[in-house]
Amino acid sequence: MRDFSHFVKHNAGVAGMDLALEGVSCAGCVAKIERGLFELHDVTKARVNLTERRLAVEWTDGAIDPAEIVDRITQLGYRAHPYEAAGVESVEAEETRFLLRCLGVAAFAAMNVMLLSVSVWSGNVSDISPEQRDFFHWLSALIALPASAYAGQPFFRSAWRALKARHTNMDVPISIGVILALGLSVFETWHHAEHAYFDASVMLLTFLLAGRYLDQSMRRRTAAIATNLAALRADMATKIIGDELVESPVAAIAPGDLVLVRPGERIAVDGVVVGGTSEIDNSLVTGETAYLAARPGAAVFSGTLNVSGLLRIEATKPASGSLLDEIDKLLRKATDERTRYIRLADRAAGLYAPVVHTTALLTLFGWLAFGSSLHDSIVIAISVLIITCPCALGLAIPAVQVVAVGALFRAGVLLNRGDALERLATVDTVVFDKTGTLTLPEPEVANAADIDAQTLQLAGRLALGSRHPLAAALAKAVGARDPLPAVVEEAGRGVRSVVDGKPLKLGSPQFCDAHQQAAEVNATWPDASVIAFSHGKSRAVFAFRQRLRPDATTIIGGLQRAGYRLAILSGDRTEAVADVASSLSVEAWQAGLSPADKIAHIEAMRRAGHRVLMVGDGLNDAPSLAAADVSMSPVSATHLAQAAADAIFLGDNLAPVATALELSRRAFRVMTQNLWLAVIYNAIALPVAIAGFVTPLIAAAAMSGSSILVTANALRARAARAANS
Amino acid sequence: MEVLIYLVPLALVLGLLGLAAFLWTLNSNQYDDLDGAAWRAISDDEIGPGRRPNSPEDTLRSGAQ
Repeated sequence: MRDFSHFVKHNAGVAGMDLALEGVSCAGCVAKIERGLFELHDVTKARVNLTERRLAVEWTDGAIDPAEIVDRITQLGYRAHPYEAAGVESVEAEETRFLLRCLGVAAFAAMNVMLLSVSVWSGNVSDISPEQRDFFHWLSALIALPASAYAGQPFFRSAWRALKARHTNMDVPISIGVILALGLSVFETWHHAEHAYFDASVMLLTFLLAGRYLDQSMRRRTAAIATNLAALRADMATKIIGDELVESPVAAIAPGDLVLVRPGERIAVDGVVVGGTSEIDNSLVTGETAYLAARPGAAVFSGTLNVSGLLRIEATKPASGSLLDEIDKLLRKATDERTRYIRLADRAAGLYAPVVHTTALLTLFGWLAFGSSLHDSIVIAISVLIITCPCALGLAIPAVQVVAVGALFRAGVLLNRGDALERLATVDTVVFDKTGTLTLPEPEVANAADIDAQTLQLAGRLALGSRHPLAAALAKAVGARDPLPAVVEEAGRGVRSVVDGKPLKLGSPQFCDAHQQAAEVNATWPDASVIAFSHGKSRAVFAFRQRLRPDATTIIGGLQRAGYRLAILSGDRTEAVADVASSLSVEAWQAGLSPADKIAHIEAMRRAGHRVLMVGDGLNDAPSLAAADVSMSPVSATHLAQAAADAIFLGDNLAPVATALELSRRAFRVMTQNLWLAVIYNAIALPVAIAGFVTPLIAAAAMSGSSILVTANALRARAARAANS
Repeated sequence: MEVLIYLVPLALVLGLLGLAAFLWTLNSNQYDDLDGAAWRAISDDEIGPGRRPNSPEDTLRSGAQ
């Protein structure tokens, strides 16, 4: 029995649930799932979102058990995991929608105002009468003023927030530019002048909103996929209520609840063992690969793996607080101490705003000093503000970000934080955790070559009947697909079956009566874990070792050649770390570190002036992930590590780390180039504006020209991937 | 130039109609799943509650073909 009621939302007789989907790739899947769900009675809504790989289901409240829906999707050949939508996500969705609405309004206004402006420009050189021009200008004002007031909100609000906090950002010059351009245009129209800048201000808003919308929606998409990944690693625990077993989401477990943990399952909550004995794999928590014994009375921690026996655990903390206290404390401290990175765009704005505003002021006084009228001087000064074009500057960075985040997404890197891209670009030192980061999360059979293929195959098929993690690794390594019939599991010892009248056993050397073979294997592979296999009279013992990620050697070598300083900081035993470090030829390594030691090492590097990227997966890495300048986690990492990391990478390979570093460097270069392009553009446009030659036509041409130039240059940020593969 | 009296309001109204249509598509969640929408457009029949493949209505329909 499974209890998903935690995820169900009730609303006026209708129950609803959101699920993350696995295996959905095309329209066929969408139709199959939706149709399949509607075949259940009382389902009133089933809508798959193919972009975000999610499903929203609604049904008549009380008519269906939510578990039926999950089962139905499993029957259809997909996997679904209910998730709780984070509050941040719905706020972001609302913001994206608001940006799109603003963009629609701004684009409508820009098109219509431009239509009127082109008529005025062509009329000015032919036969327009002053009355007609005034009429067109007033009509433009009628469209542009309300449209700008609405569509400019994202900029005005952000600028206001920045000014209240007594600093500037890019939105301050943008807002000032737009408001002054509109004000000047109304004033000029009132005085029946030839020129008005309504088109410039709405066009500016349109371009900038387009950039912002793309940036925001790209970030939302990666965030949605990251949330799905968390849901896919479904955190369910088996609760014991009376004599009944109930599968319940971890979030619904309270202190005092009894939880059953089978061999091969991850322990979901911190607690105390009240029944059963087993071994615990702590590698995700401490990085240590040797197993620890667990018997009644022993404390166990969430995130660790139950290896061999059935355990009954009494939860001591609610799941949400279920972290090692010390790690939690360190994590919070490290996050607070992370130096506030000031983003490139804000640094550029900090330089840009005072320079441009001073120039405009000087222009005003300069023309006054030359005996020009106050009116003419103000018009020229404001045209300086309009032509200096926060447009190119405002697009210079978001455009690159959209392209680079998209390229990273395709390379299997999901960014958790907006400024991670820029921070990645400045890295010069990369620190790796060993277990689960440089090595794969599952061990490999080290002595597979010594064992004949038929035995391996048979053992692999038998292993499918066991939940022991080593058995699972064996089955995966052999590629076994069809399980043997009638497999019996003896808790804590192993599994057995009978094939062609001969007994088969897989488990501890005692269980399989293979002491002698085990001793031989242990002599060759001293740090390996072993399981034994017996088939009639023949015996085999498999040695399991942590395996490096398949491309670790290439990637580490590549990073070293690219000039990065590399280090390994691990919580595992010295011999195990030394082995990995020497096979990867990394000279700087430390073993047996506590989470606090790891932070100390990283802080020391940062004090020495290095920019540190930390790559780690364990609970023990989470504080150091937060302490580093920027951090990455593999998708197999613990929740806490993923939450602390700036980026998550997918798959068994280490290549995404190198790609992320390369792409971010390239993106940063293109951002800087774009800023220089904006500077060069201003260097040309500014004298023209100061001299008073700028007309609305020139302003419009300059604004679109510079925006297109900057956007086209931004597209080059994706080329790194092509060069890579 | 009297033609402006009709044409200008007409242009504005057409523009506003476009804007209204856009806001309507936005409010009815049509930009939430752009990948899915591309596929749904070419899917043959509507999927909805109460439309089970083995319902009498379907049998009738396939019989008529």
